[in-house]
Amino acid sequence: MRKITVININADKCMGCRACEVACSAFHASPKYSSTNPERSRIRVSYDQLNDIYLPVMGGEYTSAECNARYTITLDDKKYEECGFCRASCPSRDLFKDPDSGLPLRCDLCDNLDNGALDEPWCVKWCLNDALTFEEREEEGEEPEMLDDVEYGVRSLIDTHGLEKVVDAVTRISKRE
Amino acid sequence: MRYAETGYNLEIDLTRGSFDKIPTDPKLTELYLGGLGTNAKILWDRVPPETEPFSPDNLLIFGTGILCGTPAPSTNRTIVSTFSPQTGLMAFSMMGGFWAPELKFAGYDKVIIRGKSPDLVYLWINGDKIEIRDASHLRGKGPLEVTELIKTELKDPKVQVAAIGLAGENKVFYSSIEHGRSSASRLGVGAVMGDKGLKAIVVRGKKDINVAHPEEFMNLCNEVLQYRNFRWENPIKGVPAILAGVGSPQEMALRDEEWHTTSFSWGHARTRRKGFWTKEIEEQWNNIQDKAIIRLISCYNCPNECGALISYPGLGTPTYMMKCYSKLTYVMGAMSNDLEFGYKIAGQAQEYGMDGYTNPQVMAFAVELYENGILTDKDMPGFPPRAPDGSDEERFFWLVKKIAHREGIGDVLANGVYWAARHIGKGAEEYDHNTTKKHEQMVIKLGMLNPIYYLLYGTGEKANITQIEGQIPQVPLPKELREEFVSDWVQIPTGKEERFKQFMMEWGDEDKIFPYYPLPDLVCDLVEWQEIMHYIDDATGICAGMSSFLIKPPYHIHNIPRMVSLGTGIDINEEELWEIANRNRTLLRAINVRRGVRRKDDEPPVDHWKRRFPDYEAKLKDEYYRFKGWNSDGIPTEETLDRLGLDYVAKDLKERGILSDGKTEGALETSSGGGSEK
Repeated sequence: MRKITVININADKCMGCRACEVACSAFHASPKYSSTNPERSRIRVSYDQLNDIYLPVMGGEYTSAECNARYTITLDDKKYEECGFCRASCPSRDLFKDPDSGLPLRCDLCDNLDNGALDEPWCVKWCLNDALTFEEREEEGEEPEMLDDVEYGVRSLIDTHGLEKVVDAVTRISKRE
Repeated sequence: MRYAETGYNLEIDLTRGSFDKIPTDPKLTELYLGGLGTNAKILWDRVPPETEPFSPDNLLIFGTGILCGTPAPSTNRTIVSTFSPQTGLMAFSMMGGFWAPELKFAGYDKVIIRGKSPDLVYLWINGDKIEIRDASHLRGKGPLEVTELIKTELKDPKVQVAAIGLAGENKVFYSSIEHGRSSASRLGVGAVMGDKGLKAIVVRGKKDINVAHPEEFMNLCNEVLQYRNFRWENPIKGVPAILAGVGSPQEMALRDEEWHTTSFSWGHARTRRKGFWTKEIEEQWNNIQDKAIIRLISCYNCPNECGALISYPGLGTPTYMMKCYSKLTYVMGAMSNDLEFGYKIAGQAQEYGMDGYTNPQVMAFAVELYENGILTDKDMPGFPPRAPDGSDEERFFWLVKKIAHREGIGDVLANGVYWAARHIGKGAEEYDHNTTKKHEQMVIKLGMLNPIYYLLYGTGEKANITQIEGQIPQVPLPKELREEFVSDWVQIPTGKEERFKQFMMEWGDEDKIFPYYPLPDLVCDLVEWQEIMHYIDDATGICAGMSSFLIKPPYHIHNIPRMVSLGTGIDINEEELWEIANRNRTLLRAINVRRGVRRKDDEPPVDHWKRRFPDYEAKLKDEYYRFKGWNSDGIPTEETLDRLGLDYVAKDLKERGILSDGKTEGALETSSGGGSEK
């Protein structure tokens, strides 16, 4: 059996306060909670206020290449921004990238609920309007392998620069330090 | 390392087209915190009292609260400070939304604007990259339209925009600075921005804001949110719905308008319509509100959704965002029975960029002059007739356009009731009955003098009767609810618990009623509590709708010092925070004193209450001045200024002969005086 964790997004209930971004970026600061910066948040609210679009989206997997075709979605007569529902950290846009390093940012379910210290993700906890809710359940199957933040970042560097260059750089740096 | 603040101000000189990133003095943070406090310090230091509001030397300061950009819930206020073209005094107008945190993330605590641009420009603050850009293509356009155009132009949907409309460009004395559903509306800050040739300030930031004690800070944020949830579920019993909950207030979510429509005055603050809120009206208005509001919306990091997105076929304006009570101000000013009129005209006026409190009053004043033959068809060619149902809706549409364009009579009315009355003459001054310090006040006309509000309204430097109250109900609670109310009243300042609880328990009893109850010393205590909490919010950036404006707010004098200490790393206890707020309050007083404010100006409108008590009011004022350490003419004494670390203020006031050496007592005035006689 594997544990499945789901953040349910009810965009109709989102009132665009971005508390989810605040809480997420604070949790992922180092040391924990020491700084806030929505740009580092792994959940972003895409908003187009006058068109009544308020859509929280969590960062998903990193991809080294753009899709063959981008897409737009119109729902209830409202046209969402290009690839607006997509969670990928992708070369076509700045979303879900660290503003300083450019490394990908993805939801890690508050680092898998902070070793038992959290009963729900911070974004859900701070969404008092219940646009975000949290659910856990069991399903048949194996636990998937999850990369930690460092491996995840290195993977993106390898994709960009090649394994050899990254290994060289790490070797050089470790000798210097 | 600086915590909570960035430690930098951005200085813009529009005459030279130059900018500087200036490090700030941490000592000033300890003395004045941020927001309004440090804004006031800059205005005192750099803008002498001789400087006219429309001089290039007048500064326009966009300050953020010290806690903006930290996770402190509902802390998102931008405090705009300058000198008001309407009053000539310090204007501090504030807005919520998203602008202040974005400026922090861009790396600045304030934007300080001086000079004048020869051409219409907008300022683009993109982190460290600053551009002053041409705005000629935005001329005459409304703030929301400008915002959309700029987002497209800069190819970034996440920029935050504060902009003026046509009214600001035309220097209408009560024009606003608009930002989405929020606005800095009062006292003509938009006119100063227009005078400087600045159409908008656009901000985008991607930097961190740090807090000093992360774990404890976050725990305290959670406590505040928890109490907010408790208050959300448990409205205060025995007060009108609008005052019972949390928010700034909940004008968009709530539909019960009995309190506003029956307690406030209609037309030019003249008529009470005590029977207005009938079943029929209630049903009609509920339908309109349900149709108009498509979503409730919030400001940055705040759960309270006090704003709303307004749109429906037939609205007559594009979709816009609304907050608070401007849906009613126009309706009541125009003696309309139709809430839909309110949504229509508020949308227009907001895109012109006009203050939703002053604007309807100016128009109702013009209507009154017309009805009384002081303004005629010669002054107002084409002025529409009154509708058969007695409403002035069409006239308001006609007037709002004239004023925003400064066309014909609109050019006169654009300066507000006080100045327009004196310009028009022919007895028009008689109709200027609802201004204080030349500024339009709330449209409340009541029977019995309220000694608490007498002092709050009269002496408040905000110069307007909105959002300077809070903490206590506006009228006594029903007897059976008092015990419960005081049982969990944790917000009372240390040492005042018994005093304030006893007040709440006995207020309204047979001999414990206005005007002679509470006694002057208790009145002063209650006034100071309300006042200080607002000054704390205005320095920290906490929204009054989670704090000083509420009864039993989530933020109060016991948790804000902790929030400030944990956030900034500067240890501040309750007493010290109180003193900072008092210092800021006194500095503001001194700034206005230096511009001529005295005892005689500290007066609510003469007809604010039907029953006035001049001798007793003079006594109240004496007591309050003594309590604040001011002399009998309302000037802070040298001793008070020194005690608060404002000795440089005392020195200046002495050099100017406003305070005399050794003798700080001014002439004693015995009658209440002042105000506009009717």
